[in-house]
Amino acid sequence: MSWFKRKTKGITTTTEEKKDTPKGLWYKSPTGKIVDTEELEKNFYVSPEDGYHVRIGSKEYFEILFDDNKFKELDASLESKDPLKFEDTKKYPERLKAAQSKTKLKDAVRTAVGKSKGKNLVVACMDFSFIGGSMGSVVGEKIARAADYALKNKLPLMVISKSGGARMMEAALSLMQLAKTSVKLAQLADAGLPYISLCTDPTTGGTTASFAMLGDINISEPGALIGFAGPRIVRDTTGKELPEGFQTSEFLLEHGFLDFITLRKDLKNKVNQYLDLILNQPLRA
Amino acid sequence: MEYLEFELPIKELEDQLQKCKVIGDESEVDVTETCKQIEKKLAATQKDIYKNMTPWQRVQLSRHPDRPYTLDHIKAICGDSFLELHGDRSFKDDKAMIGGLGKIGDQSFMFIGQQKGFNTKTRQYRNFGMANPEGYRKALRLMKSAEKFGIPVVTLLDTPGAYPGLEAEERGQGEAIARNILEMTRLKVPVITIVIGEGASGGALGIGVGDRVLMLENTWYSVISPESCSSILWRSWEYKEQAAEALKLTASDMKKLKLVDSIIKEPLGGAHRDREKTFKSVSDAIVKNYEELKNLSPKDLVSQRMEKYAQMGVYKG
Repeated sequence: MSWFKRKTKGITTTTEEKKDTPKGLWYKSPTGKIVDTEELEKNFYVSPEDGYHVRIGSKEYFEILFDDNKFKELDASLESKDPLKFEDTKKYPERLKAAQSKTKLKDAVRTAVGKSKGKNLVVACMDFSFIGGSMGSVVGEKIARAADYALKNKLPLMVISKSGGARMMEAALSLMQLAKTSVKLAQLADAGLPYISLCTDPTTGGTTASFAMLGDINISEPGALIGFAGPRIVRDTTGKELPEGFQTSEFLLEHGFLDFITLRKDLKNKVNQYLDLILNQPLRA
Repeated sequence: MEYLEFELPIKELEDQLQKCKVIGDESEVDVTETCKQIEKKLAATQKDIYKNMTPWQRVQLSRHPDRPYTLDHIKAICGDSFLELHGDRSFKDDKAMIGGLGKIGDQSFMFIGQQKGFNTKTRQYRNFGMANPEGYRKALRLMKSAEKFGIPVVTLLDTPGAYPGLEAEERGQGEAIARNILEMTRLKVPVITIVIGEGASGGALGIGVGDRVLMLENTWYSVISPESCSSILWRSWEYKEQAAEALKLTASDMKKLKLVDSIIKEPLGGAHRDREKTFKSVSDAIVKNYEELKNLSPKDLVSQRMEKYAQMGVYKG
């Protein structure tokens, strides 16, 4: 005699009636650790189980950097056009539209000014979710304008890179954004205003070949992928197996291209500590 | 002379003409009329093929094995006055990036450019024109040296891209290119940039920020090669023709987009068909543009250059 008796055979619930856990309640890190999303949020989007820095976007970085999440967004209405009438397997305007409705963003960067530990800071933050954080005319123009804002108001600039590189659908126009953003950084440098580059996972291609590597300090988070050519291209070109940890932020620190790596929870403090030190002003608590 | 696939009808007619002449020489038959007709047909065919080239065909011409490379141009333009300078002063001398001083008339110029090889051995020696970080750093050292002595800079672009190697990444390929781009935006001497072959992405732009950017007629300049673009967006190598079309990478497209300032005409059939004529055109273009720039103060020069690049981009809102 068994304790329990199965009255009906097998699973009888139909797929439609199946009750899913609501999406987004749990987060699974690459090492397989399961984290409650609310807990993740409280922990600066870093898995408390294994320290994994989850990929986040402008919304979250602004929240982390600006006091009480208060900031003024700059040039929020800028949108991409399709000057080349670019079409691959899809038309560029369709890709843009799909990305906009998926992400609720206008393009791959948002720029803002706000107080960080009581002092104004201009931040441009890329969004990887928008066509791989690719840099086209809008990204170039918004970063240029953010730099102009910093110049005009004598403020430091911080750019948070998170990008696969230039946007192919704008071809040479996107390539020239490397030069355009560099012009503005040169002007900022000539004006003696600090520029901080935060390279986050991933920072590759055109961004690495321009503003991401041009900071007065270049900093990063643990375990971020940073490189000029992506790892697959390097492997395919050279036919060599890539060493463990190749192109991680730790690798770049070791080879002399980063000033330091910071945990996300220390980001705001570290950035402002640097600014106070380099500008020779009293350290903020 | 090597022929590309789309040039084969021309090769066929040229062969026929050759045979016709041989028959005339070796026999008593009068073939003058026949030769003339073939010549006429040849001229018409050449015109037809070269005047209606697709973007992909121009890409092929830009990579033609007989095409003159950077050192060919410089040596022809400067003759014995050219003095090659080597090394980045911190790691090594990159053979894919060459530089040095030379004269056109009475004026000295600092020449810098990517260098390709002309046979298997030299292609490897030059790493197929793909520079490493030390190449970009060598270029910057030479530019800074030119700036110090008020010498104008001429850069010649011809690269399939910066080298995507393991060591290149270790030594900061991205940083090297980024640094060059930034420093070139504020270099206090005139910078004239000419795309003489392939202008592939950051690898080209890393020595390509100039007061004047020119393209030879059968060259290309874009953010990615048509082959790589095809493999990424179409997920196949088969769509390179479409990619070449879509990228708007030809000299005339780039001029229309206002991303380059002017186009240097090539002899019919490409730069390699009449090298001397090509060198003359390039030399004339350098002199002409230098004349327009030489009287600007360093301050005006830099602010005009910065303004030019700040204007690039198309967006709404």
